[in-house]
Amino acid sequence: MTVMIDKKTKVVVQGITGYQGTYHSKAMRDFGTNVVAGVTPGKAGEKVNDIPVFDTVADAVAETGANTSCVFVPAPMTKDAVMEALDAGIATIVVVTEHVPVHDAIHFVAVARSKGVALVGPNCPGLAAPGVGKVGILPSKIFMKGTVGVVSRSGTLTYEIVNAMTEHGIGQSTCVGIGGDRVPGTNFVDVLTRFQKDKDTKKIVLVGEIGGTAEEEAAEFVKAHVTKPVVAYIAGRTAPPGKRMGHAGAIIARGRGTAESKIKALEAAGVKVARIPTDVPELLR
Amino acid sequence: MKLYEYKAKELLKKHGIPVPDGFVVSSPDGVKQLPGPVMVKAQVLIGGRGKAGGIKPANTVEEARKAASAILGLNIRGYVTKQVLLERRLEVAKELYLGITIDRSRRGLLLMASASGGMDIESVPEDKILMLSMDPLIGYQGFVGRRVSGFLKLGKEQGAQVADIVKRLYALMISEDAELAEINPLVITKDGKVVAGDAKVTIDSDALFRHKEYEGLEEDLTPLEAKAKELDIAFVQLDGNIGVIANGAGLTMATLDSLNMFGGRAGVFLDLGGTDDPEKVKSAMLLMEEADPKVILLNIFGGITKCDTVAKGVLEAIEMRPTSAPIVARIKGVNEELGRDMLKEAGMIPASGLSEAAEKASKESLR
Repeated sequence: MTVMIDKKTKVVVQGITGYQGTYHSKAMRDFGTNVVAGVTPGKAGEKVNDIPVFDTVADAVAETGANTSCVFVPAPMTKDAVMEALDAGIATIVVVTEHVPVHDAIHFVAVARSKGVALVGPNCPGLAAPGVGKVGILPSKIFMKGTVGVVSRSGTLTYEIVNAMTEHGIGQSTCVGIGGDRVPGTNFVDVLTRFQKDKDTKKIVLVGEIGGTAEEEAAEFVKAHVTKPVVAYIAGRTAPPGKRMGHAGAIIARGRGTAESKIKALEAAGVKVARIPTDVPELLR
Repeated sequence: MKLYEYKAKELLKKHGIPVPDGFVVSSPDGVKQLPGPVMVKAQVLIGGRGKAGGIKPANTVEEARKAASAILGLNIRGYVTKQVLLERRLEVAKELYLGITIDRSRRGLLLMASASGGMDIESVPEDKILMLSMDPLIGYQGFVGRRVSGFLKLGKEQGAQVADIVKRLYALMISEDAELAEINPLVITKDGKVVAGDAKVTIDSDALFRHKEYEGLEEDLTPLEAKAKELDIAFVQLDGNIGVIANGAGLTMATLDSLNMFGGRAGVFLDLGGTDDPEKVKSAMLLMEEADPKVILLNIFGGITKCDTVAKGVLEAIEMRPTSAPIVARIKGVNEELGRDMLKEAGMIPASGLSEAAEKASKESLR
C-alpha cells in the first residue's frame, strides 16, 4: 500500500497548458501516473502530451473519472481552481502553486477538511510513491521503491534526503511534501497517521524546519500513536534567531519553534534526529 | 508587509474603529496646529519606542515641534525615525489588548483578547488571555463579540463597543488580507469611549496583487536587499564569510547547518526558492559578487533543468564579472557529470554531495 496515491489514482492537471503544467504532466505520466485530463479554461478540445484538455474540472471528471487534481494555476487564481476541484468531487488535491494568499488557503483548506478531501499544499512539491506514481513536481530519478515513508515541509531538501537514501540503497514507500506555507492542508500529524496505518511503510523519515510548532506537535503524536521507528532532520539549527529564512514558515519566535525545541521534543518521543541531512541514511539502518 | 502605526490606524479608521485624531509629519515645520494636547510618536517598524525616547507629550505647537525635532532621526534599535505621528492624547481609564493573527496549528484565525493590555502581551499569564480559534467556515458571528466582552468583564456599554470593534477588526483582517491586526492598548477613556491607542497591521505580501494601494510603498531595504527582492530571491545577511547560494529555504538552511559542522560560517545567503532556473542562478551569482564574500558556495538541487544548463548560466555570470573568490559548486540532477566537468574546467571547485561541498567551502573560508 501507499498513502494518498495508488493504482486507482486518476489525475487531472489544472493549468496543464502552462510551462509547469505541461512539463510535469509528462513527468508524472513517465513515472507511471495515470494522468487522464488537463484543465485550462477556454482550451477545451486541445491536447497536451496527448492528454485531453477540458474547460472545467466538472467536465474532466465526467469524461475521464479523474479523482485527484494537481494544481499549477497562478496564485491569484488558485483559490478558484481549488474550490472548483472541491465542487467537482475530487478526492485528493495537490496544490503546487506558491505565494497563495494566506486567507485564500485558510478558506479552501477549511472547505477541503469539512468535505473529507485530502489536500496537500499549497506551495508543496506533492507526493510520490515509487512504482505507483506521483502527483506534483518531485524529480523522478531520485526515488527507489522501498519501505520508508518520508514526510517533509521542504521541497529541494526533501530531494536531497531522498536522494541520499536512494544512494545508500534505502527505498521509499511514499514521500509526501506537505509544503512550507503557514496554513498547510496536510500537516505532519495527518501524514504520520497514514504512515502508521500503512502496512508497506516500515520506518518513517520526518523532515522539518525552524518556525511554527508543527514538529513539536508531530513529536507529541509520535510519542502517543506511532510505533514505527522515526528518523528526523530539522533544518535551521544554525540559523540566527529573528531572521526570516525564505519560507513563510521559517521564522523563529519566542523560544518555541527553534531547532532546539523541536529536536528536544522529537528526541523525547524516541525519534533519532540527524545533525545534517546526509546523516539520515545512517540513522535508518 | 508591516505597516507603520499611522498607516495601520488609517485602516482601522476606514473600517470604523475609533482612533485618536492625528496627523503625520516628516519635519518639525509640518506641525501647524494641534487637535488638543498630543503625544508625538516615532513611526518605526519595531517595538520599544517609548523606552528609546520615541514617544513624547506636547501641549502647544512649539512643544510639539521640539518633540518632533528630538524624535525625527532618532535611531531606535537600528531603525531610523523618518516620520512622527502627532495624535490627541487619551485620558486613559483602562487598557485592553485585542489582536487577530494566523493560527498555523488550527489552520485558521486566532483571536486574542486580554484585560491586561498596554504592557508586553507576551509577559501576561496565559489564563489572562482569551485565545479564540475562529472556524473559517463560521467566520465572525455575534457570539464571538459576546465571548470577548464577557471574558474582559466589561459593562454593557463598553462591552457593546468592544464587540463592535472585534467585528470590525475581523472584517479588516479578511478584506485587507492582513496576517496580523493588533490593537494594544485598546483604551477605555475616562469618558467611557473605546479607542485604539496603538495598532500593528501586517499585510500578507502574497496578496499584494489585489491591493494596488500599497504599490510603491517604501520599504527599508539595503541596495542588495532591494535588488534581491526584485529578482524574487530571498536575501539574508549573516556574520560569516561564506556566500551561500541554494535553491529552497530548507536546503539553504541545511547548507548552513552543514557548513557549521565543518567550522564554516555563512555570510550572505541567497535562496532562489524551489527553482533551478538557470537565469535565476546566474542573477544570484552576479548579486553574490556584489556582496563580496571570501568563498562562494553554490548548492543547487535540480528538478526540471539539466545540470549542464545551470552550469552554463554560472559560467556566463563569471565571465561577466571575474571574481577572485573561490567558488565551490555542487549541482545535483540530470547530466550532473557534464555540469561538474564544465565548472571544474572554469577553475571552480566541484563537489558531488552536500557534505563534501560544505567541507570544501569551510576549508577555503578558513584559509
